[in-house]
Parts: sequence; C-alpha cells; structure tokens
Amino acid sequence: MTTDLINRLGKIVGPRFVSGEAEERYLYSMDPGTMPAAAPDAVVMPANTKEVQQIVALANELNVPIVPMGAGLVLSGLTRALKGGIIIDMKRMNHIIEVNPQSRYAVVEGGTSQGMLKAYLKKHHPQLKHSMPDAPPIATMAGNVCIHGSGHLSVLGGSHSDMLTGMEVVLPSGEIIRTGSCSVSGEWFARSPLPDLSGLFVGWAGTTGIVTKLGIKLFPNYKHNDVLIFVAEDADLMPEIISRLTNTQVAEDMTPWMSPKPAWAKGFLHINIAYGAHTKKELTFKRNLLQASVREYIDQKIAGFLPLPPPQKGRFLEIPSPDLARFADLRKGGGFEYVGAMMAIEHFPEAYRAGLAIAEKFNVSYSLGARIIGAGHCMMFFFAYAFNRADAEDVKRASDALDATNTAALKIGGIPWKAEQPAQKQIIGKMDPGTFSLMNRIRATLDPNGIMNPGNWEI
Amino acid sequence: MKSIKFNPDVCVNCETIDCLMKCQYVSFKDVAEAREEKLKINDKKDSRVLEECLTCYACQEYCPVNNNPFYLLVERQEEKGILPAPRPIIEEQLRMMAPKGRITKQKVSGPVVDMCAFPMLTGCVRGKLFEGASTIVGTDIFCNIMWLHFAKNSTIRERVPEMIDNIMSFYLKDADTDELICFHDECFGTYTSVADAYGIAVPFKPVHQFDYYNQRLDILKDSIKPINAKIVYQRPCSNRLCPQTDKVLDEIFEKIGAERVVRKYDRQNALCCGGVPRAHQRDELADELVEKNINDMLSVGATYCVFNCPFCMATLGQEVAEKGLMPILVSDLVQIALGE
Repeated sequence: MTTDLINRLGKIVGPRFVSGEAEERYLYSMDPGTMPAAAPDAVVMPANTKEVQQIVALANELNVPIVPMGAGLVLSGLTRALKGGIIIDMKRMNHIIEVNPQSRYAVVEGGTSQGMLKAYLKKHHPQLKHSMPDAPPIATMAGNVCIHGSGHLSVLGGSHSDMLTGMEVVLPSGEIIRTGSCSVSGEWFARSPLPDLSGLFVGWAGTTGIVTKLGIKLFPNYKHNDVLIFVAEDADLMPEIISRLTNTQVAEDMTPWMSPKPAWAKGFLHINIAYGAHTKKELTFKRNLLQASVREYIDQKIAGFLPLPPPQKGRFLEIPSPDLARFADLRKGGGFEYVGAMMAIEHFPEAYRAGLAIAEKFNVSYSLGARIIGAGHCMMFFFAYAFNRADAEDVKRASDALDATNTAALKIGGIPWKAEQPAQKQIIGKMDPGTFSLMNRIRATLDPNGIMNPGNWEI
Repeated sequence: MKSIKFNPDVCVNCETIDCLMKCQYVSFKDVAEAREEKLKINDKKDSRVLEECLTCYACQEYCPVNNNPFYLLVERQEEKGILPAPRPIIEEQLRMMAPKGRITKQKVSGPVVDMCAFPMLTGCVRGKLFEGASTIVGTDIFCNIMWLHFAKNSTIRERVPEMIDNIMSFYLKDADTDELICFHDECFGTYTSVADAYGIAVPFKPVHQFDYYNQRLDILKDSIKPINAKIVYQRPCSNRLCPQTDKVLDEIFEKIGAERVVRKYDRQNALCCGGVPRAHQRDELADELVEKNINDMLSVGATYCVFNCPFCMATLGQEVAEKGLMPILVSDLVQIALGE
C-alpha cells in the first residue's frame, strides 16, 4: 500500500514533494520534546489548497490517517503520526496574500512562518507588526494560532487565537470552508458578527481540519521601544504586582521569569515589561505610569526595577527572545520541553512553588516563567525542562517531571497548554463530561472516517 | 573593622559646611541648617540627608579638609539600614559583581592596565598609546567602589582586600612592575582615596589613566595631530575622589588640540549622568538631570562629548548621540589625535 500511496501522492504534488524514505520518516517521527517517536508512512508537501484537498480525498479513499504539520516545533508531539499515515508538511504554502494597513490585518497561507511575515512587514509595511511567539522564526502562523499560542503583543491583544480574523480550512471530508468575515464579504477583518466557526479548528490539535489560509491582526509598530525588568523577592506579591502593571494598559508584553541561572537571579522573581511609543515623550509617560503603579513596593524597598543602561536593553528587546533558546541548549543534546499551563493570575505563587518542588524532586534543569495574556486576564505559566536527548536517563527524568507538572497544573486549577497525548487524557479526566461528549460528536460529524490526527483528544 | 578616617571636631568648627551647602541635589536654607544636619550624621542621628542623598560622591571633593564626609554618610546609611535602592536590586547586583573565583595566574608586564570587571572595554587598550600593555580584568579584581551608591561599606571592606590580594598574587607579584594603570578612575579612587579612608593597605602603585596618557603623549608628541575640536566633558562621580587629575585632563586636552568648552555643569558643578538615580528608582529625577546636562552641552557648540567613565557613557551615550554630539572615551579621543 505504501508504494501505491507514495505514487498517488506524487501525482498530486509532484514526486519531489513526497517521500516514504526511512530518512524522512525518521525526521518527521518526533519533535524536540520528550514524546516517543511515531513515524508516518509518507510525508507530503502540498503547494496549494487544491492539492491539500486532493490529499485529504486520497486519505479518505485509502482510510489512511493524516497529520497536518507547520514547522513541527510544538514540542509536545502533536504532529507525530501516532497511527501512521501521512504527515502533511505545510511549509510550501508560505505566501503572504494580503496586508490591509488600514484595517490592520494580514492574510497568509497556512505554512507561512512567523519570520516570513515579520520580514515582509519590515520591508513593505514598517509601520505594522504582528505578535511573534518566542519560538524559532520558522514556526508557522497557523500552527501557533491553532495551539492558542501567545507572543510579544499578548498583553495588548490576548492570545494569538484572539488575534485570528478568519480561516480557510480543508475539512476532513475534503470540503473547503471559510470562517469569519471572509465567508461573507471576502474581506478578512473580523470573526464577528457571525457564529464563530473558527473555534472548530483552534485547540483541536489538528483533529478537525487543515488550515490553508488565515487572517491575523496587525498592530502599530512603534518607533521607540523600551523594556523594564521588575524584580521582587516574594512570590505571594506577584498576582497583585501583575494586576497593577497591567492595570496601566501600557505594556505590550509581560513575561515573568524565575531561573536558577544566571546565579544572581536565583530566588528572585522578575517581570520583563515591554512597551513602545511613537515619541520619546510618550515613552517616558508610559514608563512613569508603569513605575507609579508599583511605587508602593518600591518605597517599601521590597521590589524594584533593575537598572539597565540603554546598551544592555537590546537583548531584552529582541523578538523572538533568544533566552529560551539559550536555556534549551543548557544540557546540550537538543532536548527541550515545557509544560505551559493556562491559568488564572492568582495561582502564580502556587505554580511557582510547585515548579520548584518538582525540579528539586526530579533533579532537572529548570526555568519557570509566564506570559501574561490580555490585561491580566490569565497567564500561560511555563515549567521548562532542558534535557540531553542522547541521555536516556535524562530524558526519563524530564519526562517524569513533565508528567508531574501536568498533574500539578491541573490540581492548581490550570490547564496544560498544547497538551501532549498523555496530558490530553489527564485534561479529559477532569473535563465536564458534556463538553467531552460534544467534542466527540463534532469530530464524528466533521471526520466520519476518523482520519484526522488520530490518537489526540481521545481516551 | 577599622572605622572611617574622620575627625568630628573639624565639622563642629567648620564655617562653611561646603559638603552640604554645595550639594546640587539636597537643599538647605542656610549654613546653620546644613551644620545641624551634618552634625546629626556625625552623631549617628537621623538626618534627611541620609534619605535624600544621590550618592554622587561630590561632598568628598567639596570638603576643604578631606574629612571624608561621603564615606561617613554611607557608613551611617548602612548602620541605620537606609537602603538607597530596593533590597532585591541591591542583592542581585551584589551577586552579579561578586568574585567568581575564576582568576588564574597570568604573566603580565608593564604597563599593566586594570580594566576592572569589564571585559568589553579591553578593546580600548590598543595602538601606540598602550604599546606593550597587558590587561587584567574580571569580577575577581573588581574595585567594588560601586557599593558606595548602595549603602554597602561592609561589602567594600569585605571585598576590596580580596581584590587587592588577587591583583598581587595572580598578576603583579611576578611582574616587572609594581604600577597598575587604572583605566577606570573608580579603581584609582578605590586604591587611593577609599583605601586610605578605610585603612586598607595597597601594596602596588595605582596610576590614574590621565597621568599615564599625559606621559605617553609627551613620549609620542611627534605623532600628535591636533584634533582642533570643541569638546564637552562629562565628569563622573568617581573623579570626585581624585580631583587633582582633572588638571591633568586639561593638559591632555591641550596637547591633543581639544578645547574643553566652559559650561555650567563641568568641574565642581558636574552633574550626575543619571545612572545611579535610576538604580535608586528615581527615574524622573534622572530624566531631569539628563535634560539639563545635555541642554548645557548643546548650548556651547561642541563636536564631542567626552567620557571618562564607561558607565556614564553607557547611560548617556545614546542620548547625546541622538542630539548630534559624538560620545567618546578619553582614551579613544587621544588615539584619534595619535592618528589611530
């Protein structure tokens, strides 16, 4: 069957863009996280929506699973072919179709990377920017939206799925549908005022359809940018500090971090606060607002802003941040995974203490942190563990720590984000049965043959 | 622990209380009030000066009899637990700048240039000006004078002797010189003024960068191409500990054809670059100082803004560049004049 599958996929995309060779099957069997490898039978790279449609039709005909994939950087193994089949690598569908500077949105193909859009905007629309996650620039726009990602404008604009304005999706049946305003007017300005069908494809781990186009909000690109780093020593103060800082509605991004390295930072809680302005005067005004919001703690001498001369600020203003990549390489060997758990801000102290306890128990290299989503509406608290992929014991330690972290996050009241397969089962275990039942009915309706990324969101 | 070298009788009999009356950041209605506050400090009583002090070091220079008013003030701040900056900020910096024990023996030969804790500055030591020079650098030889800004005399007492010992044991003991050229005048201030006031022995001979440049310019006088430019000078806090070197700087400027334009905020009236007030969480005051200072620089029509202190340059450099002045270290300006 595999030879037949490869040949027929080759007829759709051309022989250069399909492979069933061991090398490709190996490379596509895993991501940098701890989940065990699961190889596909074939990897295919379509060039357009029509080819995606034809691949889906073929998969239905042969009853072969399909797994849509962006850059394969999700870290939690969501693009592994758990039951074999075809991985659809979307990277060739990387065209930027439209930028609307007036209504501030872009329409891109499903394989367009974050770096490509950033570069395009810098060249053609320097007054605009989009929210970049702290992932390598090859991470795709669609992939990040579909996992409810967040980025450097998330205090301003919420999670990246909140910035979504519409989608074109190839359904598991092979039909092409549109969500949002583009389904009515042809323009991609908003998801409202229609029934929000985008929700059928966001957060589903590729089990409901393949995103071939999406609209994404753009934001003003400021001429002047600055970062402040607030440092505290008491985790119990963090929810109130975050609340006060977000209350100013000045920051574009706020990322708390707690790490044992560098050694000077161990035990302290930091918040990087990025903000921008069109003029220096406006920038100073915003800085003063941020500082005034936490003045009480400064006057008590229990927290304050780290003094950073302008030349030292550059690395903190880099987008995406290089710090997570540096941490990922801490143990060498290319292993890195984290549990990001969405949770309410008030759980910050519990999450912090749970992270420290787990790191100590499993003796793993850790970095704890968070990204604030919206004006303090919630946060993605992350527990990151670096490990050496070549060291089986190290992988096991990290894997056990991640498992314990998922359990702890759920116990606190959080929900593991872009959850790997075992964590999905933990979430389902706590989920309202009616919710899970509806999820299953939706999937059965959209994907009667059960070909879309099977093994995910299942008991 | 040795106490700060200080004579309280001198202050009681002082007619001018220059240490406080000349202060640019804390105001007094008259000498009587200044004296009252000064005597409170001396007597270990509460004084508003301990809270309001910008820690600019200037009172060390203003005192006409070298009675160490600033060192004593810092001592009192620490005794009373008055923190100029929030505790986590001080604690993190204490850790950042702590000796790391990574120092190894290195064969050096004169001139030996002490780059303090800042390896990014070692590129400044080049060319004819520093011909044959060795550099030493790292947190294991950090001068630690910065703790004067953070009420941490105890850290100075604890770490400076260790740094001196490191400099001797790892570098100078087997070197062909007992001179240490201090690239940063905070180091020079530490090994001269602070060491003297705190009773710390210094077994080598600290040489200020300006004295070194001045001598080198005499040797290299045939290579000098006068730059024929007007400059403004940002005099740093640490130069208050060695005010005699300001005259040497004038000689250097004269030799290289740089006209140090007279302006309001130079010499004894030099303004803080703004870096320390930001660490003290007084950004709005820092903004005000920066604006006054740069407006003053711009009013005299200079080409270069010359820095002695790398931290001042890091703090102010971008701002002055945006306003059209070229920020430059003294050593680089001298090297321009030497055709490099």
